[in-house]
Amino acid sequence: MTAPLPGAFPALELLIVLPLAASLLAILLGGRLAPRIVLLLGPAMLVVTAVLAFQIQTQGPVRVEIGGWEAPLGIALIGDGLAGVFLVLTAIVMTAVGVFAQKPFGSEGAETTESYTFWPLYFAMWAALNAVFCGGDLFNLYVALELLTLTAVAMVAYGSTRAALRYLLFALAGSLAYLMGIVLLYSATGTLDIELLARQDTIEATRMVSGALMTAGLLAKTALFPLHGWLPPAHGSAPAPASALLSSLVIKASFVIIVRIWFDVMPDVAGTVFVQLLSILGAGAVLYGSLLALRQTRLKMIIAYSTVAQLGYLFFIFPLAGGAAAETPWAAGAWSGGMFHALAHGLAKAAMFLAAGLVIEALGHDRIDDIKGIARALPLTMFAFGLAAVSLMGLPPSGGFLAKYLMLTAALADGQIGLALVMLAGGLLAAAYLFRPVNRALAGDYVPEVAVVTYWRQLIPLGLALLSVALGIISEPPYDLLQVGRSKVAVEGIDD
Amino acid sequence: MTDAMPILLMLCPLVSAVIIFFLREENERLRTTINIGSSLLKLGLVAWTLEGVGRGVIYEYRLEFVLGLYMLLRIDALALLFIALSSFLWLVTTVYAIAYFRGTANLSRFFGFFNLCVFATTGIALSGSLISFFFFYELLTLSTWPLVVHKGDHESLAAGRTYLGYTMVGSAVLLFAIVWMEGTTGPVEFVAPPELDKLSGTAQGAIFALLVAGLAVKTAIVPVHSWLPKAMAAPAPVTALLHAVAVVKAGAFGIVRIIYDVYGIDRMAEHSLGVPLAMAASVTIIYGSLKALQQTDIKRMLAFSTVSQISYIVLGASLPGPFATIGGLVHLVHQGLMKITLFFAAGVLAERRGVHSVSQMAGIGRRMPLTMLAFSVAALGLIGVPPLAGFVSKWYLGIGGLQAGHPWVILVLAASSLLNAAYFLPLIYRAWFTEGPDSLEQYDGKEGPTALILPAVVTAFATLGVGVLAGFAFSPLGWASLIVQREYIP
Amino acid sequence: MSGAGLDSATLFALTGAILIGIGVYGFIVHAHLLRRILAFNVIGSGIFLMFGALGFRGAGNGTDPVPQALIITGIVVALSLTALAVALLVKLAEEEGGATLPEEQPGRGEAE
Repeated sequence: MTAPLPGAFPALELLIVLPLAASLLAILLGGRLAPRIVLLLGPAMLVVTAVLAFQIQTQGPVRVEIGGWEAPLGIALIGDGLAGVFLVLTAIVMTAVGVFAQKPFGSEGAETTESYTFWPLYFAMWAALNAVFCGGDLFNLYVALELLTLTAVAMVAYGSTRAALRYLLFALAGSLAYLMGIVLLYSATGTLDIELLARQDTIEATRMVSGALMTAGLLAKTALFPLHGWLPPAHGSAPAPASALLSSLVIKASFVIIVRIWFDVMPDVAGTVFVQLLSILGAGAVLYGSLLALRQTRLKMIIAYSTVAQLGYLFFIFPLAGGAAAETPWAAGAWSGGMFHALAHGLAKAAMFLAAGLVIEALGHDRIDDIKGIARALPLTMFAFGLAAVSLMGLPPSGGFLAKYLMLTAALADGQIGLALVMLAGGLLAAAYLFRPVNRALAGDYVPEVAVVTYWRQLIPLGLALLSVALGIISEPPYDLLQVGRSKVAVEGIDD
Repeated sequence: MTDAMPILLMLCPLVSAVIIFFLREENERLRTTINIGSSLLKLGLVAWTLEGVGRGVIYEYRLEFVLGLYMLLRIDALALLFIALSSFLWLVTTVYAIAYFRGTANLSRFFGFFNLCVFATTGIALSGSLISFFFFYELLTLSTWPLVVHKGDHESLAAGRTYLGYTMVGSAVLLFAIVWMEGTTGPVEFVAPPELDKLSGTAQGAIFALLVAGLAVKTAIVPVHSWLPKAMAAPAPVTALLHAVAVVKAGAFGIVRIIYDVYGIDRMAEHSLGVPLAMAASVTIIYGSLKALQQTDIKRMLAFSTVSQISYIVLGASLPGPFATIGGLVHLVHQGLMKITLFFAAGVLAERRGVHSVSQMAGIGRRMPLTMLAFSVAALGLIGVPPLAGFVSKWYLGIGGLQAGHPWVILVLAASSLLNAAYFLPLIYRAWFTEGPDSLEQYDGKEGPTALILPAVVTAFATLGVGVLAGFAFSPLGWASLIVQREYIP
Repeated sequence: MSGAGLDSATLFALTGAILIGIGVYGFIVHAHLLRRILAFNVIGSGIFLMFGALGFRGAGNGTDPVPQALIITGIVVALSLTALAVALLVKLAEEEGGATLPEEQPGRGEAE
C-alpha cells in the first residue's frame, strides 16, 4: 500500500469532513438557506471524488492514517478502487437528489419544518455513506453505519412512522449482531483494522463465528431475503428523494462491508456451504421480490420490491467470483460484474424513484390503475423511467446488461446452471413488473390534466437513467478503477 | 476510411433519432428533411461500401467495454446484403410513413423510435460477433415496441404486450445459449469459427437448438409465430417494417449467421443439425399458407403469408449445398421487396378506401389502378410466377433441395406455391374483373398523395427488376452467389 | 480469550452473556415497542460488558484501552439510536394510539 505523497490533496478526508460540516452548517443557517448549500457542496464533492478517482487510478490505492496514528490504535481510511467507484456513485446520486429536493424540501421564502429538518439529515447521510465506503476499520464502519441508519430511519419517518419504526427495529437487531461479531473478532485478534486482520490467520473458529454474526447483522440492514420485510414499506412510503437515496445508496453501504469482510478480511474461513447459502438467499430474493413486485398496485411499491429483487443478484458474486476464473481468463469475472450491478442499480433506481416522485407531484398519487396517459403529460419523466427499466431488466445497451453478462458467463463456466436460470428468470420478471406501469402510462390518446412539473426537474431522473445506460457503453473507466487494489480473492474465488 | 465506415453507417440513424426525439411536434419540415436526408445519406454510404466489399475490402470497427465484452462491427458481404436491403426499404418506408401519418400526433416520438429501429437493424447487419448481434437484437425489440403501440388503443397495447412477451422470452433463451457457448469457447466472432470441439456433441446440439429457438421467435417459426398476426394492430408503415425489413428479417438473418459463421457447413452436416430445422421451416411454410387461406381480413392474410415466406430463408439456410443457400439468401431480399409492396398497398387501400377484408376488394382495381397493379405484381411474385423475384428464390431452393438429397423440398415448394395462388389469385381476380357495389361514377379519380402511392410502385418495380436482371453481378442473386462462393470456397 | 482468566473478568464476561440472553429473550417475546427498545439496550449493555471483560489482559498487565474507547463510542451510538426510537414511538402512539406493530402482510405492503 502506498501512502499518499506528502502534501497530496486530502481527498478522502474532505469527503467525510465536508458533508459533516455542511450538516452542522445546515442547522445553523436554518431552513431558508440550508437547501442552497447543496448547490455549492454537490459540485465540490463531484470534483473531490473525481480527483480521488484520478489519484487512485494513477497512484494505486490510497491509505490515510487519521491524525498520523497508526493501526491498531488509529483509524485508517482506505481509498481503493472499490471505495472509489462507490464514492463517485454517492457523489453523483446525492447531488442529483439534492438538486431535485430543492422543491419538496426547499423553502420558498419561508422556513418550513421539512426544509429545516431534512438537510442536516441529508448531509449527515452523505458523510456516513462516504465513511462507510472508505472505512478501513470495522468499528469505525459500525459507527458510520449507525449514523447512516439514524438518518435513513428519520427520512423514512417523513412518510410513515410505522415503516420507520419497523426499519429501525430490523436495523437495531442487525447492529447488535454486527457489534457482537466485532467484539469476538477483537478478542481473538486484538485489532479491527481491515488490513491487519487480513494478515491474521489464527483461531479460525472464532473468526468464523464473528464473521457469521457480522454478516447476519449486515444482511438485515441490506434487506436480503428473508430479512427484507422492512424495506418495501420504508422505501415505498418515504418521500421520493429519500426513497431514491435509500434504495440506491444506503443498502449498498452494508453490502460493501459484507464484500470487505469476505473478500478482504477473512476469505479463508468462508466455506463452500456458506457462500452457497448466500447465493441461495440471493436467488430467493430475486424470485420472491419479483413476484411480489408483480402484485403491487402502487408505482413506488413496485420499485421498492424491485429493490428487494435486484439486491439478490449482488450475492451471487460470493460463489461465482473467481470460481470460473481458470476457465474464462478472457472475461472480467463475476466480482466486477456484481459491482457493476450495484452501480447500475444505484443509478437506475434513483432515476426511477425520482421519476415516480414527479408522477406523484403531477397526479397527487401513484396508483398504477390511474396513471393512464401520464406518458403524454410527462414524456421526459416516463422516458427516464423506461431507460432505467431497461437497465434493471438487464437489457443491452446498459450497465445492467454488462453486469448480467459477466455474472452469467461466470455462472455457466462454473457449471452453476441454477443461478444462471435464476438470473434470466429475474430479467424476465423484471420486464413483466416494470412493463405494467409503462404500458399503463402510454395507454389512451388524450393528455391528462396534471399539476405543472418543470422541464429541468424532469431532466434529473433522465440524466441518472442515461448514466445507468451509459455505464454499459462507457464502461472502461469504472472498470479500470474497480481493478485498483482489488482483492486477490475476487479473482481467485473464495472457496478454493 | 475502412474503420470509419461502420461507425458512419451507424451514426446516420442514431444522430437523426436523437435530434428528432427533441424536435418539437410542429417542426414537421425539419423532421421530414432529417428523415429523408439521413436515409439518402445512408443509402449513398451503402452504395460506396458495396463497391469496396465487392473488391474484397473488409471494414471493421471494435469498441471495448470490459475485459471479455466488446462490440465488433464488421462489414462483410452477408452484412451488406442485409444492410443494402434495409437501407433501400427504409428510404421507401420513410417516404410512405411521412405521407401516411401527415397531420397526426406524437410524430417526433414515432420517428425518433423509427430511426432508433434503423440503428438497431444496421447494428444487427454489421455485428461481427455473437454478443454484438445480441446487443442490437435486443435494442431492436425495445425500439419497435413503441412503434407497435403507437396508436395507444386497446388492441395495439394488447399486441405490444404479446410482442414483448414473446420476444423477451426468446431473447432470454438466446442469451442463455450465447453465454453457454462463450463460457467454453470465449467470445465468438463470425469471421473465425469458435472452437466448438471443446464442447461435447450433445452440448453443441443443445446450444444450436437453443440459439435457433431464441431466434425463431422473431423469425415467427411455428409454434412461436402468433405474435406476428396480432401485431397487425400497428399502423401500416410499422407492419410493413416488421414484416419486410426489421424484426422477422433480423431473426432469419441471425439463423443464417449461426449456421454459416458460427457452426459452419461441415459441423452442421456432421451433427445433422440442419434437417430438423429444415423440417420445422417446411411445417411453417405449409402452416402459414393454410392459415392465410382461411383469413378474410387482408392484413391478417398477409401476416400469415409472411410467416410462411420467412421460413423459405430458414429452409434455404438449413439445407446443405450452395444452391439452397443462394435461394435462402436471395429470398431475404426478394421477400422483403414483395411483402413491403403488399403492405404498402394494403395500407393505402385501408386508409383511402376503407378496404379491410377480401370481400371489399371488388372492383377496386379500376379505382386504385397503380396501387392494385403494385399489389398484383408482388402477389404474383410471391406465388412464384416467372420472371418475378419469387420465382428466382423458389427455383434455387428447389434445385438446392434436390442437390442436398431432400426431394421432399420440391413438394413443399409446390404445395406452398399452390396455396399462395389459392389465396392471392381470387383476390386479384376480384379486384380487377368484378364490379364493386358502388358504381364507377362515384370515383373521384384520385388514388391519393403521390408520396403514399409511389413507394408501392417503386418496390413493385424492384420486384420485377431483381427477377429480370437477376443475372447482373450487383443484383441480389449475383450478390448472394458471391457470398456463397466466399463461404464454400475459402 | 485473554490469557490467565481471572475470576472477576470471567464473571463480568458471563454477566454480559447473561444480559445478552435476557435481552434477546425480551426482544423476541414482547410485542410492545418500548419493551423491545429496552431489550435492545439490555443486549447492548451485555455486549459492552463482555467487551470490557475481554479487554482484560491479566493481572499486572493492565487493561487494553482500545475496548474502553470503543465501548464509550458504542454507548453514545446506542443512546442516540434509542432516542430516535423513543421519539418515533411517541409519534406512533400519538398517530395511532398504540405502540405495537401489526404482523406484516407480505405482498400488499402498508396501505399508507
